[in-house]
Amino acid sequence: MPGSDCSSLKMKRLRPILSPMRGAVAIFSKDLNSELRTRYALNSLIMFVVVTLSIILFSTAGETVSPSLSAGILWIIVFFAAMSGLSRSFVSEEERGTTMTLQLWVEPSSVLVGKLLFNSLLIYVLNLMIIVAYMLTMPSFVVKSPLIFLITVVMGTFGLSAASTFIAAIISKANSKGTLYPVLSFPILLPLLMGVIDATRLSVEGATFGEAAGDFKILLSYCVVVTTVSVMLFDFVWRD
Amino acid sequence: MKKSWMKIAIGVWIAAVLVVGISMPIGHIPGLGAKARIIYFHVPMSWLAVLAFFMSMWYGIMYLRRKDMKHDIKSASAAELGFAFSILATLTGSIWARFSWGSFWNWDPRETSIFVLLLIYGAYFSLRSAIEVEERRATLSAVYSIVAFVTVPFFVFIMPRLMTGLHPGEGSPAPILNANGKMYMEASMRYVFYASLLGFTFLYIWLFNLRSKVGILSYNNHSEIE
Repeated sequence: MPGSDCSSLKMKRLRPILSPMRGAVAIFSKDLNSELRTRYALNSLIMFVVVTLSIILFSTAGETVSPSLSAGILWIIVFFAAMSGLSRSFVSEEERGTTMTLQLWVEPSSVLVGKLLFNSLLIYVLNLMIIVAYMLTMPSFVVKSPLIFLITVVMGTFGLSAASTFIAAIISKANSKGTLYPVLSFPILLPLLMGVIDATRLSVEGATFGEAAGDFKILLSYCVVVTTVSVMLFDFVWRD
Repeated sequence: MKKSWMKIAIGVWIAAVLVVGISMPIGHIPGLGAKARIIYFHVPMSWLAVLAFFMSMWYGIMYLRRKDMKHDIKSASAAELGFAFSILATLTGSIWARFSWGSFWNWDPRETSIFVLLLIYGAYFSLRSAIEVEERRATLSAVYSIVAFVTVPFFVFIMPRLMTGLHPGEGSPAPILNANGKMYMEASMRYVFYASLLGFTFLYIWLFNLRSKVGILSYNNHSEIE
């Protein structure tokens, strides 16, 4: 019967062309290539960091900044740099009208994973520069427990990019994208920021690994929970 | 008309709780005295702020499963009421803190949590007002409320590491609630507290039904005109 043929065709779910793994790698390399070609994000982010850091240095000139305060300032720079750098990751697809093409080629989860990998790489590179510049210019910021600091930066940066990548996908569908991004991200990122600031403070004060273990547990579970929830919910945001 | 008995009953009940809560002697509570009476009003308000947050997320999940605009309207109504109750809880708590702890705001763990709750509600409403297409607005705000709800429990673990609590029940003198969750309230006081909790919860249910009914009616009306 022609009718049953038609309904069976409708029931058949269209599969994207690339497999999930290859799709994620393809999205990642696409973003990396276009970034390397234009250096749009990295150039403006470096300037952003230079400007922010110099404002902080001007305002603290001649003051003695306590170690715990300097830990907080470091993550303020990182937070706002991420907010200005990652907001475009999905907005650019909407503006160029490439969203449909991506929907045809890859699974939604691959888009998220690919974008997350690229954003993490971007923020890791950026954070490396921020931390080097910060250590050179802030005399009171001396890390006494390098291991704690390293683990904090590695986990904190991943959690930051996981949450902000997902929020970037949400705001790409809204009207006032630029202003909305930090507003939506801040409540979600606050537990992470409080955790990393506390762990950074401990590393500057020269705490033992055991003292920071509680913060690491919180950071690790935050990264796991946020990544899981974003993979689960991304379908709804993407196939809109 | 036929449900008017419910609002009359809620009105009488809450008025009774108000009169009894203010006039009933509460015995001697070390460090708090008559200021402990805030528990009849402030705690139910905070409870409703959290309950509304949960309900908003719950209806958000229902919307994502069923794609029925009614669920989105209910989710938004719950969030609106929750926002109102969290403002009330913040204001009452802040005035109380001025006279008990010496200043309006101290960044006590629970003050920080309700501040984050206010931020989340604020972000939720900004997101809603930034999207014009109804289905898209419903989907994205549901997704956002789920993400927000998932990250909130982290505050429970991270707060005690960063600061010590001032609220009665945290810290060394625990006149009413102590750390094990065991209540040191006199029986009479406890009854009034539970009665108030019950009254406020029914007030919330009534307001929620009213608000979502208005929302659904205006949505139907608006889509008929189009």
